[in-house]
Amino acid sequence: MNNIYSVISNEKIAYKTYKMILYGDTSKIKAPGQFINIKIDNEKTFLRRPISICDYDSKTITIIYKVFGEGTKILSTKKMFDDLDILGPLGNGFAINKKAKKQMIIGGGVGIPPLYSVAKKLHEENIEFDVVLGYNSKVDVFFEGMFRALGANVYVTTMDGSCGYKGNVLNVIRSKNLYFDYYYACGPRKMLHALVKEDYTGQLSFEERMGCGFGACMGCSHPTTDDSYKRICKEGPVLESFEVVI
Amino acid sequence: MKLNVELPGMKLDNPIIPASGTFGFGYEFSEFYDINILGTLSFKGTTLEERFGNKTPRIAESTSGMLNAIGLQNPGVDAVISNELVKLKKVFNKKVIANIGGSYEEDYIEAVKRISKSDIVGAIELNISCPNVKEGGLLFGTNKESAAKLTRLIREVTDLPLYVKLSPNVTNIKEIALAVEEAGADAISMINTLVGMRIDLKTGKPVLANTYGGFSGPAIKPVALKMVHEVYSVVNIPIIGMGGIMNAYDVIEMMYAGASAVQVGTANLIDPYACKKIIEDLPRVMKELNINDLKEIVGRAHL
Repeated sequence: MNNIYSVISNEKIAYKTYKMILYGDTSKIKAPGQFINIKIDNEKTFLRRPISICDYDSKTITIIYKVFGEGTKILSTKKMFDDLDILGPLGNGFAINKKAKKQMIIGGGVGIPPLYSVAKKLHEENIEFDVVLGYNSKVDVFFEGMFRALGANVYVTTMDGSCGYKGNVLNVIRSKNLYFDYYYACGPRKMLHALVKEDYTGQLSFEERMGCGFGACMGCSHPTTDDSYKRICKEGPVLESFEVVI
Repeated sequence: MKLNVELPGMKLDNPIIPASGTFGFGYEFSEFYDINILGTLSFKGTTLEERFGNKTPRIAESTSGMLNAIGLQNPGVDAVISNELVKLKKVFNKKVIANIGGSYEEDYIEAVKRISKSDIVGAIELNISCPNVKEGGLLFGTNKESAAKLTRLIREVTDLPLYVKLSPNVTNIKEIALAVEEAGADAISMINTLVGMRIDLKTGKPVLANTYGGFSGPAIKPVALKMVHEVYSVVNIPIIGMGGIMNAYDVIEMMYAGASAVQVGTANLIDPYACKKIIEDLPRVMKELNINDLKEIVGRAHL
């Protein structure tokens, strides 16, 4: 579970947004939406950085991350053949709903990457789905074409209207009257909570500051509607919409 | 080469004990390695009633360390006995240390009474030093009278060896150590986390929802060493030393300061294999430092 992975590539694909391909063991990955916890060898970044798996095959893992702070800044300087100490795969990931007829992928910003493997699975299962992707601005847009290549209708929206529609993902869903009977979402907390308040059913992947990433420190516990809790790193990051406490 | 050490009521194959709050109830780590190699373990701080703890974010980091403000999340003593310790027993065949927290004297007493009946528990570690709960916890540990009083009350309700876990957030830790020794403690574990905070530079607001949290990790090792050294010079009961232990060298250093055994905390969170690596590396480091018996090095820094 604790392994060294080699960087194959690390390229900028949008504003402060990087795509990194890692070479190493992928045999334990069991669902889209699981994450890896990366040790960034520097005293300033004492804790590992949890980053969702965007895509994987038998030998590589693709991650997409945005440079927000010290850790991701250092990560962005990694080059081909650099080694990274990685713990993972971690977390539960998304469970594909094989019953719902028309499904929707709803992603916001750097919440979009784990949804790409969901889209691939839906495509493999011949399940009909649309995609709504929200970004701040045109310069932030990435992976739109990757989703289109899977045959889905992709609706891009930006907060400033510089690309696609103007507004957030819910604005698009409402204004275009998009119909779906199940969804998969990942994005900013506000977006996820707004979705939960709507009358849809689905699964949402949450982000939280983590100590360990494997259930030991209890740092990332979220209360659930059954008066219990789930650790975002262990029983999460994906929660069912009916479990989420707003 | 002798790695075995002794604590009141416990004979340990080696001095390595995962610290409470960083190792769950132990069984979670058995998916990483066979935890029977550990000296023993101190399980997640347990209170009488179930606790969810503080709001998130409750984790932050700093240079060479981290802050937590969990707030003693645990399922409550009864669920710990009926679920967690049952799971632990399946993968661990040694006695463990039960870390007990609380808000009031009454709930410490009741939780200790109940946990003492569990046959897997070999000692009680009384947590009078949690900085992340509003009532109790640290309040008991920052005043020698209340620390001694609680120790005395607990001493009366359990036959198990009683270890008292001290806070570094005090003016005079020797005074508190002496007070709990006098009140019947069989050993002292120290140090709990140092209170600290981080502020988000973009928002100007504290990173932790709880504002303050407990600072741990290698950054606090010198503070821990100094305090263990100080307390060793005044008490006659063993000390379980902790604070920033990351590797086998740190273990030796902590024992030199006066610790009879060592707890490893934050390191487990960065690397779930930390304790295993330390245990496996200890013989090599002992050889390098010409140490044959770990029991003989306790307090060497005082000679």
